[in-house]
Amino acid sequence: MKIRAIALNTFKEAIRDRILYLLLFFAALCIILSRILALLTIGDRAKIIMDVGLASLSLFGVLMAILIGTGLVYKEIDKRTLYTLLAKPIQRYQFLLGKYLGLLLTLFVMLVLMTLVFLVLILLHRYPIEGAFFLAILFVFVELCLITAVALLFSCFSTPILSTLFSLSFYLIGHLSWGLETLINKLPQGGIKTLARILYLFLPNLENFNFKTEVVHHLSIPPKIFLYSSLYGIFYTVFILALAVMVFRRRDFI
Amino acid sequence: MDTVLRIENIHKSFKAGFIPKRKKILDGISLEVNGGEIFGYLGPNGAGKTTTLKCVLGLIFPDKGKIQIFGHSNLSLQAKEKIGFLPENPYFYDYLTATEFLSFYSDLTLVKKENKQAQIENLLQLVGLNQAADLQLRKFSRGMLQRIGLAQALINDPSLVFLDEPLGGLDPLGRKEIRDVIIRLKEEGKTVFLSSHILQDIEMICDRVAILVSGKIINQGALQDLISEKVKVTEITLSGVKTEDCKDLGDCYSAQEGRIFLKVFEEEKIATVIQLVQTKKGKIHSLIPRTETLEDLFVGAVKQR
Ligand SMILES: Nc1ncnc2c1ncn2[C@@H]1O[C@H](COP(=O)(O)OP(=O)(O)O)[C@@H](O)[C@H]1O
Ligand SMILES: [Mg+2]
Repeated sequence: MKIRAIALNTFKEAIRDRILYLLLFFAALCIILSRILALLTIGDRAKIIMDVGLASLSLFGVLMAILIGTGLVYKEIDKRTLYTLLAKPIQRYQFLLGKYLGLLLTLFVMLVLMTLVFLVLILLHRYPIEGAFFLAILFVFVELCLITAVALLFSCFSTPILSTLFSLSFYLIGHLSWGLETLINKLPQGGIKTLARILYLFLPNLENFNFKTEVVHHLSIPPKIFLYSSLYGIFYTVFILALAVMVFRRRDFI
Repeated sequence: MDTVLRIENIHKSFKAGFIPKRKKILDGISLEVNGGEIFGYLGPNGAGKTTTLKCVLGLIFPDKGKIQIFGHSNLSLQAKEKIGFLPENPYFYDYLTATEFLSFYSDLTLVKKENKQAQIENLLQLVGLNQAADLQLRKFSRGMLQRIGLAQALINDPSLVFLDEPLGGLDPLGRKEIRDVIIRLKEEGKTVFLSSHILQDIEMICDRVAILVSGKIINQGALQDLISEKVKVTEITLSGVKTEDCKDLGDCYSAQEGRIFLKVFEEEKIATVIQLVQTKKGKIHSLIPRTETLEDLFVGAVKQR
C-alpha cells in the first residue's frame, strides 16, 4: 500500500517532465523517417521500417529511463522532500521500490504511446504484423526494467550527470559485450582465459533482449531462448535492485 | 511522567572539505523528554540542532549512542507511527495541491481511509490553510509552506512532534499563530520537541529547555531553574535632574529632550533615585525592572566558549 502511494506520486511527477515529451517526439520522428528511408532503398521496405522502428523504441525508451531515473532519487535529496517522507512510518526499501515502480509505470505508458505511433505507420501501409513483433516490444520493456534499476542504483550515491554517464556505459557495454565471446574463444588456454570468462559472466549482456532480427526476418523464437532471456532479465534486475537497497539503507541524508 | 524520548550519548562527525577531514558535529548529546511537555532545544546557528533531529528521525546515523522513542528504537516503525516532523525551511512536491499532498502522506501512515478526508480538512483548518486547499504548493508563500509542513507533521495524529525552527521565516502574526497551534498540541496531550535559535518566542511556551553550543549540551532543565526571578537591572527614564547627580547610582546615559536613561543594578538604590527626583521636582517617565532572560543565559554560555 505504502509502496503504491509512493509509486503513484512518482508517476505523477515523472509524467510532467518535459524531457519525456521531447524524446517521445524524436522517437515518433525516427519511426516516421524510417518510412522515408525505406522509400530510398531497394529491397524489402517492411524490413527497414521494422528494423529502424524497433531500434528507435529501444533507444528512446532507454534514454527516457536513464534521464528520468538518474534524477529521481537525487531530486528528492536535493530538494529535501525526502526528509519528511522518510520520517513517515515507511522503510527505506519501500521508498526505493515505490520510486522504481512509479518510473516503470511511466516508461510503460511511454512505450505504449511509441508503439501506437509505430502501429499506425505499419497499418497504414498494410504490412503484416506477427506475434513476434509484440514479443520484441515486451523485451524492450524487460530491458527498460533493468536499465531503470541501474539508473536508480547509481542515483543512490552520485549526481545525475555522473549517474547518466555510468548508466549509458552500462547500456553500451551491455550491447557490445557479446563481441567479447569471440575474443575469449581465440585466447590461449590458461589463467587469462578463465579470468576473461568470469568477467564476461558478470558483464551485462543486453543482446539477450534484442529480438529485432527475428522479427525482421520472420524467424521463429525458440521457447528456450525466450525463457532464458526472461529469467536473465528478472535475476539481473533483482540483483541490481538489491544492491541499490543496500546502498540506500545505510546512507546519511545530510 | 514517563520518558517519551531518550537520547543517550550520541556522537556524529562529518567528512568535509577537499581533503576529507572529520569534523565533530555532535559530541555526546544526552537528553530526556517527558510526555506532555514542550521541550525547547536551543542553540546558535550551527550548534548541531538540525543534525540531532536528523539522527532522531533516522535520516542520518550517529557514529555512537542510542536513541529511543516510546521505548522503541528510533528506526522502528512502531516509533515512527507515533511521531511527526517539520523540517527547517520545509519544501514539498510543488506540483501537488495542499489536499493532494496531505492525502499522499496520509497513505503512508495508518490513518483509516474513511477518516482521511475529514482529517485533512481539520488539519487545513487548524493551520489556517482552508482557503488554499486546492492551490498547488508551488504557489505557496514561505509562511504557507511552514503551515502545510506543520499539517503534514500532524497527519498521523502523533504523540510526539518534532519541529525544527518552526517560527523561522514567519512574520509576527504568523509566529503568534503557529505558537498558538503548538500550545494547542500540548493541551491535546501531545509532546512537542522544538528547536530554535530565536529565543523570544520560545521561552514563554517551553516547559523545559536544553541549550546546545558547538555540539554539546551546556545546560538543561526547567526554565524557572535556569533563569532566576531576581531583578538584575532596573531601567529608569527620568528628567529634571542633573546627570552628575545620578552618576553614583548606576550607568547613566543622556537621552533626547533632557531626559536621562539610568540603569540601576542594586535594588536599594532605586529608592534613592526616586527620592532624588522628588526633591529636585523632576519626573520619572518609566521604570522597568529586568529579570534574567533566556537570552542572557544563552549569550553568557556562548561567550564562555
Ligand atoms: N553535510 C555537512 N557536511 C559537513 N558539515 C556539515 C554538514 N551539515 C551541517 N554541517 C555542519 O554541522 C554543524 C551543525 O549544523 P546544524 O545541525 O545544521 O546546526 P543548527 O541546526 O543548530 O543550526 C554546522 O557547523 C555545519 O557547518
Ligand atoms: Mg538548523
